[in-house]
Formats: sequence, structure tokens, C-alpha cells
Amino acid sequence: MDFNDTAEEAAFRDEVRGFLAANAARKDLGRPTSRARSIVAAELARAKAWQAKKAAADLAALTWPTRWGGRGASPIFSVIYQQEEEAYAVPRGVFEIGLGMCIPTMMAYATPEQLERHVPPALRGEEIWCQLFSEPSGGSDVAGLRTRCERAGDDWIINGQKIWTSGAQFADFGIIVTRSDPTVPKHEGLTFFFLDMRSPGIEVRPIRQASGASHFNEVFFTDVRVPDSQRLGAVGAGWKVSVTTLMNERLAVGDTPRPDVDDLLELCRHLELDGAPALGNAAVRERIAEWHTRSQGLKLTRFRTMTALSRGQTPGPESSIAKVVNASKLQDIASYGMDLLGAAGMLSDPALAPLHALFQEALLFSPGLRIAGGTDEILRNIIAERVLGLPPDIRVDKDKPFNAVRHG
Amino acid sequence: MNFDFSDALKQLRDEARRYLAEHAGAKSARRIIEGGAAYDEALWSGIAAMGWLGANIPEEYGGAGLGPEGLCILAEEVGRALAPIPFSLSAGMATDALLIAGTAQQKAAILPRLAEGTAIGTLAWAEGPGNPRPGAISARFANGRLSGSKVPVPAGHFADFAIVAARADSGFVLVLADLADVRCTRLETLDPSMGQARLDFDNVPAEALEGDGWLTLRMLLDRAAILAAFEQIGGADACLQAAVAYAKERHAFGRPIGSFQAIKHKLADIYIANELARSNAYYGAWALATEAAELPLAAASARVSATEAFHLASKENIQTHGGMGFTWDADCHLFYRRAKHLALTHGSAPHWKDRLVGLLESRNAA
Repeated sequence: MDFNDTAEEAAFRDEVRGFLAANAARKDLGRPTSRARSIVAAELARAKAWQAKKAAADLAALTWPTRWGGRGASPIFSVIYQQEEEAYAVPRGVFEIGLGMCIPTMMAYATPEQLERHVPPALRGEEIWCQLFSEPSGGSDVAGLRTRCERAGDDWIINGQKIWTSGAQFADFGIIVTRSDPTVPKHEGLTFFFLDMRSPGIEVRPIRQASGASHFNEVFFTDVRVPDSQRLGAVGAGWKVSVTTLMNERLAVGDTPRPDVDDLLELCRHLELDGAPALGNAAVRERIAEWHTRSQGLKLTRFRTMTALSRGQTPGPESSIAKVVNASKLQDIASYGMDLLGAAGMLSDPALAPLHALFQEALLFSPGLRIAGGTDEILRNIIAERVLGLPPDIRVDKDKPFNAVRHG
Repeated sequence: MNFDFSDALKQLRDEARRYLAEHAGAKSARRIIEGGAAYDEALWSGIAAMGWLGANIPEEYGGAGLGPEGLCILAEEVGRALAPIPFSLSAGMATDALLIAGTAQQKAAILPRLAEGTAIGTLAWAEGPGNPRPGAISARFANGRLSGSKVPVPAGHFADFAIVAARADSGFVLVLADLADVRCTRLETLDPSMGQARLDFDNVPAEALEGDGWLTLRMLLDRAAILAAFEQIGGADACLQAAVAYAKERHAFGRPIGSFQAIKHKLADIYIANELARSNAYYGAWALATEAAELPLAAASARVSATEAFHLASKENIQTHGGMGFTWDADCHLFYRRAKHLALTHGSAPHWKDRLVGLLESRNAA
């Protein structure tokens, strides 16, 4: 066993390091980036400029075919890129969905002319994409969505509402799954399109989250016309196309969310508990040890995934545990850090709260992490059914016409 | 990135799994628990013949020279199969004690016998309740003679020699004592397939090992924690497999119980804990193989993580089996007993958690 790169990987890592050092500034680890703030216009411009630089260096979509500006590389190279980029203060959160999920779906279903038109500007960061799947009555049960599409000559008319759409407020295009036939069981009556987010009849409203920030939107569709040429997949085959999109969800290889164990240790170093150093307290030590084994266990599990990728194998199912462990751990550590501060833990003023209010921000932000991208419960179902092979739950709506099932 | 065992070692794992499924498993553990034998002697000779007992012994002493990674691979399978043998104790801990601190003469005399399985070694540090610390040792070593009582001593009633923690005028020492003429009492234990004894040393001859006794003991405990973690993840995985198989086959309310989310989520949580423990244990194997400076921290993480995983898996395996799981005839309790046994050897979870944070503090201060 070792943690070394192959020669090819090492050469690539050097290239990435050179690129990052020349083009970006390192993160200030003592000043964690806030996850609580919304993306503002100035950051959007920065994100676009950064994406253009990556594209110019052929680093923006390593696993894509060279025809579309990629390198046709193994996923291990994307992981290496991400590992190196983690150390830099570069804008994130604007292009991941478009390049990671929307464009790969387009590559599977769109025409060559459509790809020629849409792929290069997306890669260069000139056009932003969003993914319109979730609905008020279709969250964990995505196929329970109710947004309608109806045929009107060469067009389709879309009416309904999507929710939790990241980036809809600045997206140029979107992919959307809609219900074309409510008289058949839910998975069979769906049809999939891509559309211009500036089409008449689309209204984007930001959602104010429990944390106070706005990362997501509601998107309302009122008689929105989409040409049939923008349909992806056959009429009624929208579920299959959606599965393609979801299969492309980026391999989670990111660093541990903060605050983590090191932040807790840092906090404890300056704290007393009942007149003695906090770190001398046996209860505190026990909690820190438990969280350390989880963080370390996840980091090492990522190394196992990378090992499989590096050997050209399909990673085992162990990578599926990351989000469910990380989200709860973050919430618990945030809460515990504030407990250690006593009454002062209530203060969320970054000028007063330790580590610029990292613990307070995470307390309010972390409930969303346990829900977004698959709730804790859905992720456990997935592990139980797909990894352990347990039988599916009984689905009472499975064979019934969609319009005969109760919703909402 | 190469954070996995080699293909050759994976092949060894497959062989070991097959061999132990046939020759060990719950049947063998049950035979020892119900029949009263000290350990499975036939299995011991069998794995000696396969060369496993000398996995970590250099070839010059008759070993297989597979290194610590080979030992880890085998420990996982021993744990999975509930093998009622002192594998990690003799092939791991006692062997390590001689490799690390034995004199040339001691090595030449004993290592070949350990490799061929004709000698079984143990390590005797405990003197009643409590976790390892120098102040808790009162056995005395002076003028080549050892006096004092040790309890519990794993395999103490059938081991041929013990590495014993004792005090000498020079300080804390580890000594090597032949157990042929030492008074020994077999004790009733939670997991009778892993027998324990009380040893009373009454001025018996013993030889000091080389080096600082406490440092050596600490190293031995760290290394033993990693091997134990592999036994634990093997056992935890066996529990998960058993619970999953039962949840697929057992029907209640007109459906397999594995289709209920209450069961699914429980089993998913075991899977999560097992994978975290496995990754931490692999890091321990890497640290052993490379003699890394991170070894103590890796050992503590592996120990804490694997103890938690096996505890969870073994108790929820009983729960998933319902009333049947609480019967003597179901194998669930054999794993439950082994889980607690392994949680208590080499220092228990509170000890390792405290040590882990201490190691984090010194790492971050550096």
C-alpha cells in the first residue's frame, strides 16, 4: 500500500499545481469561506472568468471526449484536479450542475447541431445551465412530479412549478422533466426537454432558507412554449433520461466540510470548561475521538475509491456513505462547538464568534445538507437496496395511473 | 494512489476465507464453548501447516515472511470465522514482542516454534480491572526471577510462554517466562472460545527482553490494536451478512422484513460503520507495513472505529433476528460475545479514545 500517484498522475498533478499557482490565490484556512451567503453578481463574473481560464487550459472537463474540449481522461484525473483546487480560493457552485449533469445528458440525447451550439459555451463558462427536477410534490419521490407538458403543433406547452433549483436566477438554459400523460403509472408518463430560461412565462423566485440565505429557487411555468426539437428522448421516456442525468452526479470526492475535528481542537485550545482546559475534559475528548475516526474513515474511504479509479476499476459501493456521514457529523460538531462556548455560543457575529462564526453558520446550514441531493433516509434506502440487496419497499402507486394516486 | 491490498494478498484472503469456512466458523467456536476444550487444536495445526502462524516471521526463522499486511488479511478472516484460536495473540503480539525486543538467542529459540505452531505465546500485562498504565503493574522482576499475579491472561492456561509486564529496580520491564511450572487457573469468561486464565508467578525464572519495557509494551498494544481491528471488521462483516440474509428470507406482515425501512436503515447504518472501520483498519495495515510515524494514531483510530462497528453489528444482528436471535442455538450470540471480548482486549474504548486525542494534541502542537 502507498498513497503515491502513478507517473502519469504525478505529471498531471504537477501541471494542475502549476496552473493553480499561476492563476489563483490559496485559501486562508484561518478564515473559512462562508457557505451561508448567496452568490452575488460580482462572484458570478469571477466564476465565469475562472471557468474560461480552466477551459483554455483544457482542465474544465477532463473526462469528456477531446471532440468537446475534454481529454478523454479517467475519472482519477478529475479527482486529482479537485484535490488540488480545494487548496485555492476559487469560485465554486455555478457550473457544477451544468457541466456535471446537464451537458452529459445533452451528449446522450441531443442532436450534433444542438451539441455544437451548446457544449462549447457551457464549457467556457459563457452559458450557465440548471436542472429542473424537484417539485413541491416530488422531492424524494421525483417521479411524482406534476408539471404538465401538452403538445401544441410543433411545440409543447409547459405549465407547473419546480423547486430547489440551484442557479435558476442566473441560468441561461435548463433541462426539465415534465408529465406528458397523467393517465399512465408515474414513471411511464414523463417527457424530458431542454429549454431557454428566458422563455416567456418563466418566473424565478428565490427561496429564503432557514439559514437566511438564498441558494435555491422556485421556478414557475405559465404556458411556456418549447419546440419539439428540444425534446430529449422519446415522448413518455422522460424517466429514463432523468436516470441518465442522475447517474452523472459527480463522484463526491470533496474535502470534509468545516467545522471539523481540527476546528473543534482549535476552539478547545482557547477554552476552559468549569475552570479547567476544555481538552482535559473526558467527555470532550470522547466526542472528539469519535468524530476523528469518522472524518478519518471518510477520508481514507475516498482513498479507496481513488485507488479503484487509479487502477482503472469501478469503485466499490463504499463511496455511497460519504454524504450521509458528513452531513450529520457537521450538524453535531457545529452544535457541540457552540455548547462548549456556553452562553457566548449564541453570538453569531463573525467579529465575536470564534473562527468567524463558523460553528454558528454551520448549525443553520447543516440541516439542508441532510436533505439536498438525497435525504439521509433515501440514501439509507439506496445503500440497503442497491448495496445490500434488500427487497424494495412496497410501492402502492407503482401500477396505478398517475391521476388515480393521491399527491402532495 | 494504492490504498488497497495487493492481488497476491487478496488471493491469500480468499484462500483463508474458504479454509476457515470449512474448518472454523460458528461450529468450531460452539464446539469449544460447549465442549470445554481450551482451543481448537486441529484448526491450530491446520493453519500452522498453511504457514499462517509465521506470516509475520522472517524466513530466516522459519516464517513465511508475508509481513504485517499478510497478518492483517488473515486476522480479518479469523474474526469473520469466529476461529477459537489465539491467532493474533501468538502470531501477532507474542511474535512482535520477540521481533522488537527479543535477544538474538530468544529469537532463534522461539520464533521457529511459533511459526510451526508448536509453541503458543501470550502477553500478560493486566492485574485486575483497568487499562494499560505503568502504575498499575506490581509484578516484580529481580535477579532473573519473576513474582506476582496476572489476571486475566489470554490463553494463559494453554500458552507455552508469556511476555510479562513487571517492575524491576531499573524500572518497567518486559520479561519472557516459560509457563510450564507456573500456577495457572482457567477462568470463566464471557466468550469461552477465547479463554482467559490467572497466572501466579512465584519466584519463577524469567529473562528480560531488550529495550525500554513500557515503550515496547506501548508498541505491542498499538500493533495489537490494528490486528484486533481486522478481527473486528471481519466479525462485523459476518454479522451484517447474516442479518441481511435473514432479513431477505424472514417474512412478517406478508412481506420480507428486509423491505421495511426500520430494518433497512439499521442495516445501512451497520454498513456505514463497517466501511469507516475498514478504511481506518487499512490505514493501520499501511502504518504497520511502512513503520510509519502515524502508527500510534492510526492504531487508535482503527481500534475505536472497529470496536464501535463490531458492537453495533453484533447487537443489531441479534435484533434483526428477533426472538430467534436470542436463542442459544442461533449463532448471533457467539458474535456478540466475541465483539465484547475483542472490545476489552488491549485496553477498552475509553482508553483508546483518550489516547487518540492525546496523539492529536501532540501532532497539532508539533
